[in-house]
Amino acid sequence: MAMLQVENVHTFYGTIEALKGVSLTVEEGEIVTLIGSNGAGKTTTLRTIAGVSHARAGSVALDGEDITNTPANDIVRLGIAHSPEGRRIFAGMTVRENLEMGAFTRTDRTEVDSDYQRVFDLFPRLKERILQRAGTLSGGEQQMLAIGRALMARPKILLLDEPSMGLAPVLVELVFKIIQDINAQGTTVLLVEQNAHMALSIARRGYVIQTGRIVLSDSAQALAKNEMVRKAYLGEA
Amino acid sequence: MPCGGARIDLFLAAIVIGITNGAFIALIALGYTLVYGIIELINFSHGDLFMLGTFACLTTLTLLGFATEVGIGGTPWWALLAAMLLAMAFCGTLNVLAERIAYRPLRKAPRLAPLISAIGVSFIYVNLGLLWQGPTPRRFPDLLPQYDFVSQMFGLETLVRFTFKDLFVLGLAIPLMLALAWVIRNTRMGKAMRAVAQDSEMASQMGIDVNRVISFTFLLGGILAGAAGLMYGLYNNNTVFTLGFDAGLKAFTAAVLGGIGNVSGAALGGFVLGLLSAIVITFLGGQWDSVGVFSLLVIILVFKPTGLLGQGASD
Ligand SMILES: Nc1ncnc2c1ncn2[C@@H]1O[C@H](COP(=O)(O)OP(=O)(O)O)[C@@H](O)[C@H]1O
Ligand SMILES: [Mg+2]
Repeated sequence: MAMLQVENVHTFYGTIEALKGVSLTVEEGEIVTLIGSNGAGKTTTLRTIAGVSHARAGSVALDGEDITNTPANDIVRLGIAHSPEGRRIFAGMTVRENLEMGAFTRTDRTEVDSDYQRVFDLFPRLKERILQRAGTLSGGEQQMLAIGRALMARPKILLLDEPSMGLAPVLVELVFKIIQDINAQGTTVLLVEQNAHMALSIARRGYVIQTGRIVLSDSAQALAKNEMVRKAYLGEA
Repeated sequence: MPCGGARIDLFLAAIVIGITNGAFIALIALGYTLVYGIIELINFSHGDLFMLGTFACLTTLTLLGFATEVGIGGTPWWALLAAMLLAMAFCGTLNVLAERIAYRPLRKAPRLAPLISAIGVSFIYVNLGLLWQGPTPRRFPDLLPQYDFVSQMFGLETLVRFTFKDLFVLGLAIPLMLALAWVIRNTRMGKAMRAVAQDSEMASQMGIDVNRVISFTFLLGGILAGAAGLMYGLYNNNTVFTLGFDAGLKAFTAAVLGGIGNVSGAALGGFVLGLLSAIVITFLGGQWDSVGVFSLLVIILVFKPTGLLGQGASD
């Protein structure tokens, strides 16, 4: 049984149908990527899984348990953490407080402390800026904080929405390297990217979404070789 | 025409009165700003909640046998404490209920809807007050020690007075404000409040129950209004069911002056407004008080709508 199972999900914004029957699965331990151009429905897919948008039809299940209509604040307790598009860190709070918010649901103090250590090992820059207001961080640091904050929930599965957006190329490399590290430490990852090249290079499997529908799914290697993917998402003529 | 010395006396006297009145205004302003900071609602009923707070104190003191100060030897501190705690619990609960019944169902409605709902709650409170204590002003027992530090301790002969009542109000209001700041800064619930104020959808994804945080915020605002009720009653020795309009207007102006949504701003705005109002009343007369407050509100809204300390910096 897949860890995360999204089945025939239809999600609306008012009368706009952003997802027109999306299905995908993520197995424990995988990095799965969802690629697609702007407006295809990637963010909406992650929002539906995280419980901030709710599917009008179809279902989402985590470890076999239906979470289609579970509110967001309960979903994080079940093991899904979301680093959203645009980072959305709490700009008026310190780096430390942002990470604390990430661990809001947890009561295992010693384990939480070891997770701070883990986040600071992954992102030494955050440790240097621990008492700084998050709004004063650079874009790259804010991205690291958003990922670190999500990790503080110690999720089974981490949803990452365009973590490379707006970052300088070296930082993009670093962020993708860290995603691999996080995965190697045992966290399952569902990664949304417009940077299909990088995403396919670290993922095991991938899905291609177009105007609210999954149009392709395959191993990352096969997708990277796929004619249509190369033309539309890898910028090859 | 008073000579120069008397004018300075008058001015200093106004400053003391202004600071003390500023403390009530600040406590009420915090109720406006906390709620605005978290759900962007101007809770029009908040001034009237404060009025009900003075009534809750008056009723408690009456039931405990202190309806007037006549025949009472010393200050019945325990009764004052009981009245304050009861008023805090009463106003806190009422504010939480109002949110549940009148504002929460409208949270996703256009912004005008909860605003009108708040005006409705205000009418309900005013009429509840009318039913409770009648249409005429009520005397609030004068139970605090009669002592003026300026003349009795320092033997100075001036118009300036700093009485035990001033000390009582400031000695209660300032620690309450510091306690609020501490709660917001350091507690789990306080941090959740700040997270919800900044991005409630993201806060929910942290596992924060946003509805609970909103209830808690209304509870805090109500508690402060209840405490202000006791202070106001003991300081002014009267209350009336229309009290909430003037108090609400001043407190709302103070909140806007400090930067609505900004907690330190509301406290600062309260004191500034108290001072301005006392100076206006002293030198121009009481009839200019509301004119001054309204003018100030209009001037801020036109020239500096984000207020002195900036809007919504919720810490
Ligand atoms: N808040 C919203 N209100 C209305 N429509 C929206 C909203 N967010 C996204 N959409 C629409 O839903 C579709 C999918 O958007 P999104 O999931 O953000 O795509 P992606 O993340 O792939 O760029 C787009 O057509 C977009 O215009
Ligand atoms: Mg997107």
